[in-house]
Amino acid sequence: MSELLLSVKDLHTTFFTPSGEVHAVDGVSFNLNEGKVLGIVGESGSGKSVSAYSILQILAYPGRITSGSIKFRGEELVGASEEKIRHIRGNKISIIFQDPMTSLNPTFTIGNQLREAIRLHTDRNKKQAEERAIEMLELVGINEPHKRVKQYPFELSGGMRQRVMIAMALACEPDILIADEPTTALDVTIQAQILELMGDLQKKLGMAIIMITHDLGVIASMCDEVIVMYAGRVAERGTAPQIFYRPHHEYTKGLIRSIPNIENDEKNPLVPISGTPVDMLNMPEGCAFAPRCERAMKICLTEKPKEIIINDAHISACWMNIKEGLEKGVIETDENGEIVRIPLDGEVAYNG
Amino acid sequence: MAEKDILVDVRGLKEYFPVTTGFLKTTWLKAVDDVSFTIARGETLGLVGESGCGKTTVGRTMLHLYKPTAGEVWFDGVKIEKGKTLREYRRRAQLVFQDPYSSLNPRMTVADIVAEPIDVHKLCSSKAERSERIHELLESVGLSSEQATRYAHEFSGGQRQRIGIARALASNPEFIVCDEPVSALDVSIQAQVINMLEELQEKLGLTYLFIAHDLSVVKHISDRIAVMYLGRMVELAESNELHRHPLHPYTTSLLSAVPIPDPDKARRNKRIVLQGDVPSPMNLPSGCPFRTRCTRATPECAESCPALREVSPGHLVACHNVG
Repeated sequence: MSELLLSVKDLHTTFFTPSGEVHAVDGVSFNLNEGKVLGIVGESGSGKSVSAYSILQILAYPGRITSGSIKFRGEELVGASEEKIRHIRGNKISIIFQDPMTSLNPTFTIGNQLREAIRLHTDRNKKQAEERAIEMLELVGINEPHKRVKQYPFELSGGMRQRVMIAMALACEPDILIADEPTTALDVTIQAQILELMGDLQKKLGMAIIMITHDLGVIASMCDEVIVMYAGRVAERGTAPQIFYRPHHEYTKGLIRSIPNIENDEKNPLVPISGTPVDMLNMPEGCAFAPRCERAMKICLTEKPKEIIINDAHISACWMNIKEGLEKGVIETDENGEIVRIPLDGEVAYNG
Repeated sequence: MAEKDILVDVRGLKEYFPVTTGFLKTTWLKAVDDVSFTIARGETLGLVGESGCGKTTVGRTMLHLYKPTAGEVWFDGVKIEKGKTLREYRRRAQLVFQDPYSSLNPRMTVADIVAEPIDVHKLCSSKAERSERIHELLESVGLSSEQATRYAHEFSGGQRQRIGIARALASNPEFIVCDEPVSALDVSIQAQVINMLEELQEKLGLTYLFIAHDLSVVKHISDRIAVMYLGRMVELAESNELHRHPLHPYTTSLLSAVPIPDPDKARRNKRIVLQGDVPSPMNLPSGCPFRTRCTRATPECAESCPALREVSPGHLVACHNVG
């Protein structure tokens, strides 16, 4: 078992807006081990990006971490000094953003921006930083890196800019790379290039990746573990095969059903999830997904479901599991009668 | 396909945009270069390609939103020219835009947005008839008639796209160009809108040109699919046929690049990763525009641009090395 890198526990991030408090992240917990790829999937506004920004503490005003714990290699990050965070941010944990067009500064050359990141976190001098910058550009597959360092972002295409962002994020050899929708703004063929590159670099450098995306296809091809988020909460968490082949949350099931499969030759109508995404200012009392859930029961409307272990790594927050568990009579409880585990299916064969 | 079934016939469509590249110097950007296709009544033709390949320009030029540089558009057997035919064509052919946020006027109520084509084409004679028609349209796209007095900002992305579709339906069109209608929507909402478009097609006998970059969505909704690259059509085939037997090297790599939402299959899938970027449309390579990224390029590809030709019934491809 590889070493535990990052441990997030019961994280709450709230935006104090003039029209009310928005609980963008509402009790999220997860662990990330060395060298693993964790995918976070969800719709816009589900809190996937805010979770990542909370880890790096780059939340925009009026957002604030209100409670919870984020431990990086055992060190607590919530409430840590700005100095300590700066040592970790961009150095041990770095991020690439969705839009490579706007996340590079248009008034500085590529080389200048790369050097800045390198010199800030290492004691290389200007010349060594330049060499490192060129080395990094070569690593991410940019041809003629000597020429590119003197160019400005506008002179590069979208795919190239995203490569520069990756080079910048990896320049300090981070332990964790957070990729916030790294390929959403790119075309399919360029997306394939970038995903391939990230996979190769991950194998070569051995860092862990947190991949944030709304594209289940990207998740399936990249991730070891998956977190499905809905309205700021973890709906389901498990290994990729568990999530895709044995989903145990109605939202995950709906999501997988609603995407057209290119492999499918028959023209069956899609099965959409009805209704509209939740209004985060006006959250329902029970399960946030209940108003859109076809199988919602009475309890779903009044009480928020707890995260329940289905299998070792597989966790789901859906009342349906308890119902199914009761029907099958497989609920395991502790001495106080609290539910510990509901083993609804056997071990999932993982041949990845 | 019998001749009488063809609703839209685009012949040799070209759209060049002038770009000022220096003092008194103009270069022509060939956004669409010699594109021809037909769409049968009730059919959905999918149009895919990467950004900048000219797929949106094809949609807009064939609706005469841009004046075509060359080429003809025939609609229901009539050649579209200025004046009366164009006015009638504009009523019978409509457009649904990609971005549901910027394509609705924030100062107009939903009722006025939806009624705009009715007012422009003077389709309703009385106020009562107009408001009845608005309610009917809103209901047909799954919105309630009480929502007619609200403004666009009060709706979510999926609902706005429904408003955009209601507006397109207002003039009783036969043909709708859907320009990336679901790209800006969340996955769970995409399926709702796609299903609605399919239901409307069946109910109203509509013909679609469905433009998108998401191949799985296009494959789901289309009868036939056309693939574009740098202003040219490189392949056109029935959608299952295109998926099973892609012939053009670009189509092959485009299909293999689509992420499959299935971990086992995705890991087994051999992606054919194209090297490099799309060349600038201002400075096209000689011969075949794809040859700079093609693994099968031969000297012949640099000399002449391959024409679109039929290799098997209904399957057209533009490549020197196929067939």
